[in-house]
Amino acid sequence: MPVDIWLYFILGFMIIGSIACLEIKNILSSIITIGVVGLGLSLAFLFLGAPDLALVQFVFEILCMIILIRAFAKRSIEVRALRRDVPETIIAIVILASIFVLSIFAFKDLPSFGKPIVRVAERYLAQAGVETGSQNIITAVILNYRVYDTLGEVTVLFTAILGTFTILRKTGRKKRHAE
Amino acid sequence: MQNNFPNEGMSVIVKTITRFTVWLIFLYGLYIVIHGHLSPGGGFAGGVIVALSYVHLTLAYGKNFVLERVDKFAMNSLEAIAAILIVLTGIVGLYITGYFFANFMGVGKLYTLLSAGYIPMLNIFICVKVGMGLYLVFYYLASFKPKEG
Repeated sequence: MPVDIWLYFILGFMIIGSIACLEIKNILSSIITIGVVGLGLSLAFLFLGAPDLALVQFVFEILCMIILIRAFAKRSIEVRALRRDVPETIIAIVILASIFVLSIFAFKDLPSFGKPIVRVAERYLAQAGVETGSQNIITAVILNYRVYDTLGEVTVLFTAILGTFTILRKTGRKKRHAE
Repeated sequence: MQNNFPNEGMSVIVKTITRFTVWLIFLYGLYIVIHGHLSPGGGFAGGVIVALSYVHLTLAYGKNFVLERVDKFAMNSLEAIAAILIVLTGIVGLYITGYFFANFMGVGKLYTLLSAGYIPMLNIFICVKVGMGLYLVFYYLASFKPKEG
């Protein structure tokens, strides 16, 4: 079977998973359906020929699921039944339909699959081995040509971890001084 | 290894299996990092796998078992030191070649383990940073207890 059919199958599976995640009332089942979406994305990357991304997505999805289950599954979180007003629903449907119609016009002008506009990738494919000495071209791009990107990513991660520490610490600085 | 907290964590079956699997996961993470410039993967994926091996140990044996061996302060420091070293690599490149984050170690021979200049070094720093950081995020989120009332 060609790649496209597998891709449509996986994407359909992911859409079903995300809808199920919103509709299921039990929070553990809901977290597991999030995992289905993430692992489906990992499979999609694998079919598109991007093993690096697939590996990162797979591993990270497992870590996210463990954190979510460990942090939220045993807590008693109130699940409030969503009351749907008729005018709100109509407005939401109209906005979604207009975005859908506009996106049809927008996506028509996109370059076709596998034919990008940016030509710099050809230079990377041809010259990466000579210029950086790295056999894995993706590593050559993210750690040599585009290393500023990686620096930004590291900064974002550092800030996120700092935020977690700050919010979840036991005693604040002010309280410790007062004692 | 002596276990001072035998009542925490999961059952004996899980603990016994964990003893066989946890170092395999850890070494796989290190392999992914060290071969980051030769095979798929790299610092980020390897770092997450290293963090997952710590998470595995925590889930099976309880958090006190891990904290007795690896100090929380040491993890925090390692993460911060790795972040500083990443920036320092860029500054050394600026000092030697005149461009921030320029490759100052030469290219080396293609397809060998010690090649690609500073890429393996950056991979190891990113692995330490991501691994320690994500494990600490897991630890804080999993051991957080909201106050009653």
